[in-house]
Amino acid sequence: MSNVTTASSEAKWWGGGKSPFDVEYGKVMMWYFLMSDAFTFGAFLISYGTVRFSTNGWPDPNKVFKSFPFAPEGVNAPLVFVSIMTFILIVSSVTMVLAVHAGKMMDKKGVVRNMIWTIIGGIAFLSCQAWEWNHLHHEGAWWGVNPFMNADGTASSTNFTNFFFTITGFHGFHVFSGVVINIIMLIMTLMNKFEERGHYLMIEKAGLYWHFVDLVWVFVFTCFYLL
Amino acid sequence: MSHEATLHGHELHEHHDTFLTKYVFSQDHKMIAKQFLITGMVWAVLGGLMSVLFRLQLGYPDASFPWLESILGKWAKGGQITPEAYYALVTTHGTVLVFFVLTAGLSGTFANFLIPLQVGARDMASPFMNMLSYWFFLAASVVMLSSMFVETGPFSGGWTAYPPLSALGDASPGSKTGMDLWIIAMALFVVSSLLGGLNYIATILNMRTKGMSMTRLPLTIWALFFTAVLGVLSFPVLLSGLILLIFDRNFGTSFYLSDIFVNGVGALSNEGGSAILYQHLFWFLGHPEVYIILLPAMGMVSEIMSINSRKPIFGYMAMLGSLFAIAALAFLVWAHHMFVTGLNPFLGSIFVLLTLLIAVPSAIKVFNWLTTLWRGNIRFTPAMLFAIGFVSLFISGGLTGIWLGNAALDIHLHDTYFVIAHFHIVMGVASMFGMFAGVYHWFPKMYGRYLNNSLGYIHFWVTMAGAYLIFWPMHYEGLAGMPRRYFDFSIWESFKQFAELNRFISTVSMIVFAVQILFLINFFYSIFKGRKVTTTNPWEANTLEWTTPINPGHGNWPGEIPEVHRWAYDYGKDGKDFIPQDVPVGADESSH
Repeated sequence: MSNVTTASSEAKWWGGGKSPFDVEYGKVMMWYFLMSDAFTFGAFLISYGTVRFSTNGWPDPNKVFKSFPFAPEGVNAPLVFVSIMTFILIVSSVTMVLAVHAGKMMDKKGVVRNMIWTIIGGIAFLSCQAWEWNHLHHEGAWWGVNPFMNADGTASSTNFTNFFFTITGFHGFHVFSGVVINIIMLIMTLMNKFEERGHYLMIEKAGLYWHFVDLVWVFVFTCFYLL
Repeated sequence: MSHEATLHGHELHEHHDTFLTKYVFSQDHKMIAKQFLITGMVWAVLGGLMSVLFRLQLGYPDASFPWLESILGKWAKGGQITPEAYYALVTTHGTVLVFFVLTAGLSGTFANFLIPLQVGARDMASPFMNMLSYWFFLAASVVMLSSMFVETGPFSGGWTAYPPLSALGDASPGSKTGMDLWIIAMALFVVSSLLGGLNYIATILNMRTKGMSMTRLPLTIWALFFTAVLGVLSFPVLLSGLILLIFDRNFGTSFYLSDIFVNGVGALSNEGGSAILYQHLFWFLGHPEVYIILLPAMGMVSEIMSINSRKPIFGYMAMLGSLFAIAALAFLVWAHHMFVTGLNPFLGSIFVLLTLLIAVPSAIKVFNWLTTLWRGNIRFTPAMLFAIGFVSLFISGGLTGIWLGNAALDIHLHDTYFVIAHFHIVMGVASMFGMFAGVYHWFPKMYGRYLNNSLGYIHFWVTMAGAYLIFWPMHYEGLAGMPRRYFDFSIWESFKQFAELNRFISTVSMIVFAVQILFLINFFYSIFKGRKVTTTNPWEANTLEWTTPINPGHGNWPGEIPEVHRWAYDYGKDGKDFIPQDVPVGADESSH
C-alpha cells in the first residue's frame, strides 16, 4: 500500500514519498524502534556490568549451567543445554531469512513453510528457557536468592540471580512477543493479505524484529554464560 | 488503493462523525494535538497550583491558613502544610511539569499539529499509533493523578526518584503506593513518547510533499525531528531503570540497594547494589530530556521570529547544525548532574568539557535569533513577544549553566536555590514561553479564531517580569548556600536574612499564577467567541499550513497537496514581503 506519488523526472529535488532511504515508513519506524529497544537492553547490560565489576566474585557459569533435561541428577554437561537453545534461536533466524526471501519472490508457500519453522524455533527456545528457569528455581535460585558459590568458593551475592532472571526474562518476553507477531504474520499470509497487497513487507519488518531479538540474545548469552 | 482515495473517503465520511470519533477516538493529527494541548494545560494548572501551595509555605513558614486545611485535610493540619505534603508537592510539581506539560504538552501538541501541516502530508504516517500515543499519555495522567489520592500520598522523594527513598517502601509515606503508581505512570508515559516519537520521525522522513527536501523544511520541523530522536533513544533507558526499581521494591533484589543502615531497622539484608547506578540511568534520560523540552521551543521561536521580523532566518544551516550539535551533546553530558556523587574527578573534567561545549551551538542560536531581529520590520504580536522573551530567558539561564557545568563551582552550588533558578529560567520558563508563543501563533490555525491581543500583552509582560522577579533573587539565595527541597528555613540563623525575600518571591509567584488564569480565560473564550479568522494566511507566513483552508478537515488540503518550490524563509526578497513555499521560482529568481 504505497501511499505516495512516484518520484517525478525532476530528480534533483525531493519528489515526495519514500526517500531518503527508499524504504516505506513502517520500516523506518521499525528501525527506530529497534534502536530504542537496543538502548533498553544496553541499559540493562551496562547495569549488569557496573554491578558485576563492583562485586567480589561471581559464580562460574560452567558450574551453574551444567544440567540437561531428562539426564540423571548430577550430570556434568556445562553449557551444553544453552548451546542447543542458542543454536535453535539462530536457526530460527535463518528460517526467518528464508521466509523474507520467499516473500520477495511472492512465493506464498515458501513464506508459510518458513514462518512455521520460525515459530516452532521460537516456541522451542521459550520452552528451553522455561525448563532452565524451572530447574534453577528448584535448585533454590530466584530473585533475591542465590544458592551458587562464587568461582573462588566464597559465598556469592544475589546480584548474579537478580540480573540473570531480570535480563533473560526481559529477553524471553521479547521472544514471546516475536512469536506472537510471527503467528499473526502467518495467519495474515494464509488469509492472502499480502498477496492482495502485492508485497510481503510486513514479513520483512517482523523479520527485522526477530533478528534483533536473536542479536540481543548473543549479548545476553555472552554476559551470563560465557564471561 | 492510493492514499489520496482513502482520504477522500475520509472527507466524505466526515459528516457522519459522531462525537466519539471526532473528539475522543480521533485519528486526525490536529485533533490529537488539541487533546495533548488541553491535557497538558490541565496539568500545567495543577502543577502550577502545587507550586503556589509550597511557595505559600516557604513565604509564610509560621503562618496558619485555616482554609488550607479545609481543602487539603490531613495534609495541612492546623492550616499549615505538613512536611510530607510539602515534599509530595515539590515532587509532583517537578514530575508533572517536566514530563506531562513540557514534554507531552509541548512536543505532543506541536509535533502532532505542525509536522503533517508543514511537511505537506495528509496526516501522520500512522494515525492509529498517533491516537494510541495520546491514550497512553492519558492513561499515564490518570495513574499519576490517582497517586495523589491514595492514603499515604503521592511519591515525595523528588522528581528524580533516587533510591533508596524510592526503593524502600518504608522510607517515607510517599514511598509506598504513591511510588508504585509513579512508576506505572512513567512507564505508560515512556510508551506514549515512543509511539509518538516513531511517528514523528517516520512522517518527517517519509511523508514530505513533492519538492520538500530536508533543507527546505522549516526549522520547527527540524527541531521536532531531533526532539523525537532524543526521546526515542533516551526514554528506554529510564524504562530499564524503572524496571530494575520495581524489582528492588517488590522482589527482594539489590540493584540499587546495599547493606545500608536504616534507623530502627538496622542494616538492610541487601548486598552489592549501587544507588549511583540509578542516577546514571536516570540522568541518561534526564539530560536529553532537558533538550526534549527545549528544542521544540527553539524551533517554534525561530519560525515565529522570522515571520514577525519579515526577514529570512539568519543562518539556516547554522541553526540546523547547532540543533544537531545540541542533540548529539545531549547524550554525553549526563554526569554533570552527579559531580558530588563521588564521581572520579578525571571523569568529571571530561563531563565539564563536554557540558561547556554546549555553549557553542547555544551561542550560535542566540546570535542567529538576534541577527534575525536586527533591522527587521518587527511585528510585536504576543507570539513574537513570547519568542523574544524566550531568547532573553535562554541567555540568562544559559549563562548560569556555565557556572553549574563547572565541577569545581558545582560543589558549592549543587542542590541550592542557584540550581532551581538556573533550570527554571533556562528550561522551565523558557520552554513555557516557547509553548505560549506557539499557542498564540498557531491558535488561528487550530480554532479558526484569534486570541485576544490585549490580554496577550498583559499575559506576556506580567509573566516576563514575574519570571525574573521570582527566579533572579534565587541566585543570591543559592550562592549563600540556601539548599533546595527544605521545608522550612526559619530555624537557620544564616537563612533568616532571606525570610522577606522568600515572601516576596511567593507573592510574585501567586500574581504570575493569576495571570496564567487570565490566559486560560482568553484561550477558552476565544475558542468559542474570539475574533474570526477571515484570511487563510493571517500572519502572511510562507509555510504550508497557511495554504490549507481556515478550518482544515481531516486530510488538511481539500484538493491536491501543494508542491514546494522554495524554502520557508523567503521574506523581504526581491521587493516582495513574503513568498509562500508553494509559489514556483521565477525564471530570473534564485531560491534555496
